[in-house]
Amino acid sequence: METILTITNLTKKFGYLTAVKDLSFTIHKGNVYGILGPNGSGKSTTLGIVLNVVNKTSGDFSWFEGQTTTHDALKKVGAIIENPNFYPYMTAYENLKLVCKIKGVDYSKIDEKLEIVGLLDRKNSKFNNFSLGMKQRLAIASALLNDPEILILDEPTNGLDPQGIHQIRSLIKQIASEGTTILLASHLLDEVEKVCSHVVVLRKGEKLYSGRVDEMISSHGFFELKSIQHDTLLSYLQNNPDFLSVKVEGELITAFLNQPMDASTFNTLMFEKDITLSHLVKRKESLEEQFLKLTDNN
Amino acid sequence: MLRLVNLELQKLLLNRTSKILIFISFILPFTVLILSSIKINFFGFFTLELGELGIFNFPIIWHITTFFASYFKLFFAIVVVSMIGNEYSNKTIKQNLIDGLSKKEFILSKFYTIVLFSLFATVLIGVASFLIGLYYSSYTEASIIFRETEFLLAYFVKLVGFFSLCLFFGMLVKRSAFALAFLFLLYIFEWIVFGVATKTFNLETAWKIKNFLPLESMYNLINQPFQRVVMTKYPENIDIAYDYGVYWYELLIVLGWTAIFIFLSYRLLKQRDL
Repeated sequence: METILTITNLTKKFGYLTAVKDLSFTIHKGNVYGILGPNGSGKSTTLGIVLNVVNKTSGDFSWFEGQTTTHDALKKVGAIIENPNFYPYMTAYENLKLVCKIKGVDYSKIDEKLEIVGLLDRKNSKFNNFSLGMKQRLAIASALLNDPEILILDEPTNGLDPQGIHQIRSLIKQIASEGTTILLASHLLDEVEKVCSHVVVLRKGEKLYSGRVDEMISSHGFFELKSIQHDTLLSYLQNNPDFLSVKVEGELITAFLNQPMDASTFNTLMFEKDITLSHLVKRKESLEEQFLKLTDNN
Repeated sequence: MLRLVNLELQKLLLNRTSKILIFISFILPFTVLILSSIKINFFGFFTLELGELGIFNFPIIWHITTFFASYFKLFFAIVVVSMIGNEYSNKTIKQNLIDGLSKKEFILSKFYTIVLFSLFATVLIGVASFLIGLYYSSYTEASIIFRETEFLLAYFVKLVGFFSLCLFFGMLVKRSAFALAFLFLLYIFEWIVFGVATKTFNLETAWKIKNFLPLESMYNLINQPFQRVVMTKYPENIDIAYDYGVYWYELLIVLGWTAIFIFLSYRLLKQRDL
């Protein structure tokens, strides 16, 4: 598989604070990657380093298997960091024209990309008249101008209202479905879960996990159960080796599975044991629970 | 190179404030020059015609126009510091770099623009002086006309040097207003150095030291022309004779400072985490 970005033993120190500690991971073409971590875990710093705006302390990174300099590589990358930064006195079109000049892209791309993010009818409005959602969409259009090999987004939905968040997310999914590699940094877990196929989890600058999202959620899931025969059900579950553990919260019993089992099999089993259930839901642990577990253990 | 200049010109010319300031810095010295060259009649009481004083004669006109025009450089100095200040306050410097502009290119695009502007201002003053001179000057032989055109070169180097200093201050403090304040501080600092040098050595050595400092070395390129005007009126008065020429070492000092300021701006940007 083609490698887009390789990071090896990257470290960044701000005085006494180590923002990124010995970080290594690789980005392959065609996947959607998430960098997940609480605020201050080194996500933005890592992206800043590979985008040439933050100087690394030690370690290394290389774009496109080291065949080009970072400066040239960035022309094949589309990136937005934190807030959309544009010239407030220029219109959307003029701002994108400037980016075209930097990247060496033809001006004809401008209308095409404005169309994708739905800003074509506002192309002659000044940037400082835009709402935050529009600014963010303009930033995405700007990042797409050079038809990048990889799109890097840092907290793209930060500060947006629910509609804005939805718009940006569907935009990202649409771009991903067209085969563009995406690297998305976020502290919003469900964002990463909904959009990404791979994830790197960071905490205080250290890598806790890196791999596929579905492999991270490795458990077999759990049942949420309610029954009038509460005690009978509870003692059955506690003595069944198929279940790892059982949790009771009032009437609700949560039984964690030890091995795969679907809801109908379980239901049949209950019938055989003469236990009638008034509530049966099978769920998988969300990334959030997994993430909290991961960050707590360390 | 053209790409970098083009980039910076778009940033400047679409901004109304800097557009006005650039316009003023080109037009104002030009207008003042033209106005001073025409005959002004004060309601029939008397007529004021500066041309009569002989200041528009070749070759002294090169000296006079470049000296006065250089005062208008402050307008473009504001543009220079704000073109750095704005990049920081809008955080567009970060976005520019992410979009694929290297830190070197960023500084160079500013520097090329400075050079282009200085060149344009020099040509403008050159042409205006030439035309006014042709009209007023009593001497019109080519050898006299083109004598002392080195003042134009000095003017150009002076502008480039001064704007590079502004660029450096802009990069250093990131805020336009503070950068301009730093210019004033530097001016005071140079006089303090002069004062200390006078105390420790003597007046002559102190001047020699001050001539190497940035602002004084730029001022030195084009000495004040008043004494010279008086000299031409009373050539027999030798007491007021002074050396007003443009010397290669004066140019070299300013070019040296220019190189230092541009290099330091680059170093500063390279080491900074944005």
